[in-house]
Amino acid sequence: MQVKEIVSLLQAEPLLVCNDSLMDYEFDYAFATDLMSDALAMIQNDPEKTLLVTGLANASTLRTAEMLDIKFIVLVRGKVLSEEILEIARENNLNLFTTKHTMYSACGILYARGLRGIYE
Amino acid sequence: MNSILHKDYTVVRDDYARAGKVSSDIKATLSTIGIPPSVLRNIAVASYESEINMIIHAWGGDITMDVFDNGTITLVFKDPGPGIPDLEKAMTPGWSTASDEARNMGFGAGMGLPNIKRVSDTFDIETSEKGTTITLGFTVA
Repeated sequence: MQVKEIVSLLQAEPLLVCNDSLMDYEFDYAFATDLMSDALAMIQNDPEKTLLVTGLANASTLRTAEMLDIKFIVLVRGKVLSEEILEIARENNLNLFTTKHTMYSACGILYARGLRGIYE
Repeated sequence: MNSILHKDYTVVRDDYARAGKVSSDIKATLSTIGIPPSVLRNIAVASYESEINMIIHAWGGDITMDVFDNGTITLVFKDPGPGIPDLEKAMTPGWSTASDEARNMGFGAGMGLPNIKRVSDTFDIETSEKGTTITLGFTVA
């Protein structure tokens, strides 16, 4: 699923876009969690093809993405990040969007349109 | 074997604001010498989990990284205590003693040590009330 479709379906707003060609980039999987230790343990294959969906709006999320080579994060429940934390995202060329949908709804919307979970 | 690249770091207890900076530097440093992405990712994940453990469970500590001329990389995480009372339980996925603050940071799922062991080629841990030392080894294919 292309980023522009994900953004449209979730009515997501950009918080930070470090890669101008991002909108055409295609993601094969999504992983949703507020627990970064679960993300670190479970996202083992194709992290560059995996969208991270989370409501955890802090530096841990960005550091986790950095370690895993994840480049695209959607924050749910309308969460935003402070400028200080966004600096970590800039250093690591992360792309961040926020949606007002809850985690459950955001995942349901994307799954119904064909974006699969990992390990399916 | 000889170390061809050595770095020392210090981690401060409860310093959540800087959590991950050491692992970020380790990953960036190893990236510049051409470590393959898949190996680099495993090293970064193991390092970050270990660094977080030092911040949320231990009283800070020291981290060293060595790249050896035989193509292996060693990371050592040495803290001054308080030690892990029940190592067998700590190695069990899902078992955690993390504080509310650690959980607010997205940690404390009880996946740390099992995950560190999983992504490392070699894993050694020694713990007592005087501290814990974790030594991780990675082979660059």
